[in-house]
Amino acid sequence: MLVLALDTATPTLVAGVARRSAAGDAEVLAERAVPSGNRHAELLVPTVREVLAAAGLALADVDVVVAGLGPGPFTGLRVGVVTAAALADARGVPAVGVCSLDAVGSGARTVVTDARRREVYWAAYDAEGARVDGPGVVRPEEAGLTGPLVGDPRFAERLGAPVEPAEVTTAGLLHAAAGPLADPSSAGPLVPLYLRRPDAVPPTSFKPVTTA
Amino acid sequence: MTEPLVIGFETSCDETGVGVVRGHTLLADALATSVAEHERFGGVVPEIASRAHLEAMVPTVHRALAEAGVAPSDVDAVAVTAGPGLTGALLVGLAAAKAYALALDKPLYGVNHLAAHVAVDELQHGRLAEPSLALLVSGGHSSLLLVPDLAREVTPLGRTIDDAAGEAFDKVARVLGMPFPGGPPIDRAAREGDPAAIDFPRGLTGPRDAPYDVSFSGLKTAVARWVEARRRAGEPVPVADVAASFQEAVADVLTAKAVRACRDHGVDHLVLGGGVAANSRLRALAEERCAAAGIVLRVPSPRLCTDNGAMVAALGSRLVAAGVAPSAPDLGADSSLPVETVSR
Ligand SMILES: Nc1ncnc2c1ncn2[C@@H]1O[C@H](COP(=O)(O)OP(=O)(O)OP(=O)(O)O)[C@@H](O)[C@H]1O
Ligand SMILES: [Mg+2]
Repeated sequence: MLVLALDTATPTLVAGVARRSAAGDAEVLAERAVPSGNRHAELLVPTVREVLAAAGLALADVDVVVAGLGPGPFTGLRVGVVTAAALADARGVPAVGVCSLDAVGSGARTVVTDARRREVYWAAYDAEGARVDGPGVVRPEEAGLTGPLVGDPRFAERLGAPVEPAEVTTAGLLHAAAGPLADPSSAGPLVPLYLRRPDAVPPTSFKPVTTA
Repeated sequence: MTEPLVIGFETSCDETGVGVVRGHTLLADALATSVAEHERFGGVVPEIASRAHLEAMVPTVHRALAEAGVAPSDVDAVAVTAGPGLTGALLVGLAAAKAYALALDKPLYGVNHLAAHVAVDELQHGRLAEPSLALLVSGGHSSLLLVPDLAREVTPLGRTIDDAAGEAFDKVARVLGMPFPGGPPIDRAAREGDPAAIDFPRGLTGPRDAPYDVSFSGLKTAVARWVEARRRAGEPVPVADVAASFQEAVADVLTAKAVRACRDHGVDHLVLGGGVAANSRLRALAEERCAAAGIVLRVPSPRLCTDNGAMVAALGSRLVAAGVAPSAPDLGADSSLPVETVSR
């Protein structure tokens, strides 16, 4: 089974193609991690083209699309999610979503990524790599997260502990998708893990335009 | 040889639109809207709109293709609104369109939402005469455009210096306690009112004012003052008269300036576009004044005046026919894309 994996939950855009055996072993054929900042929408499709070309494959060869559902900054996150949904729809193949944090690092760890507004997204994993807590969003100073911490090292100081640098990888996305990939046709629609409500406050009362 | 089949994606504001056209023939116009979710906020909340676009995207594509009776593989080109609009909202449609273009191996055209508001008329009245003058009046824009070539050259003659016409409708509606968006309820209320009841100001109509620019901020404030004075005095507000008189002021200024621009530039075709072009009084007064001035007026049906995917497909179709180069693979969205950039 040929898998195309995409993630835009962090400033690093990730696209990769991998072959997954019936036994569940994944071999990454080509992968790109592009530090694209807020240019995910510009760079994702060209990057997908690149990884397919590097693997000597065409989109028509892809059997399933795996997408990171975040959590991550909303605008960039949606680019990856809607791209995965549209590619899968146009090709008539299933799309499978995973928590992006599950695809960072391996084994016992707590993953932290940038949630902006001086907060981090986090999730904790046991020795088998299974998520046991999170995903959540929290101020690093109040997080009380227990290590080893992996992910975005810029938060080390505010977390009061070192953070081993790590990013989303294609292998990580496939690993996280192992369950649904066993039966991808049963996957539901891709719904981002927003974790925050939209910022919006209804106007409390009618405000006169004039004061005279 | 049949004309190319073009699918168009629109997500610049709160409508998720997917349209399908062949040449100038409208085949499908599927729409999902998050307008009800914004109502209690009195305006569009960008993040709510963006989330709704993502949720609606694939189902809306399915509806459009089913309505058109075509398969994805029948599509010859993909068009998408690349701006102007809300960045987060634009990017959902842009990313989706780029993905469909990649998967279907078809060219992608990033188009200007405002030019698309003009192009939509071709689906109802055939190819636009060129040059035409276009009066584009929507929620975010009010512009007079000279259109020598809709596929390549659109020249702004004037624009609003403050509020857009649709914005004025929305704000006045709020003053009158009407729901959002305010255009339709004001239009309805005005039918029972006297357009000459209150003499609201006509902005920028003095002899030394910019002939093609418009201003609606003063009008909006004048309406609010008038209504508040009534309320303070404990008198009932004659809502229908206020709506009719406000609407008359907007329609009067817009049509007078559009007809003048036609005359000054020797252009005898005027096309209206944008959500406010759905306004019944603007349509009637434009009809009247164009007839008197010997100008051919073209107005799309109200359904196609507000945001939709068909308008994007219509402009895409025009670009394909004109042989304009498709967009580069790294196409992005530009929230303030200038009106003269028809495609990018
Ligand atoms: N019958 C009507 N009379 C007056 N205004 C109307 C009518 N119907 C809709 N409108 C107005 O049209 C606007 C919406 O138009 P449209 O969908 O073209 O705008 P938009 O897409 O929000 O803005 P833009 O196109 O500038 O980005 C709203 O302001 C609405 O009040
Ligand atoms: Mg519009």
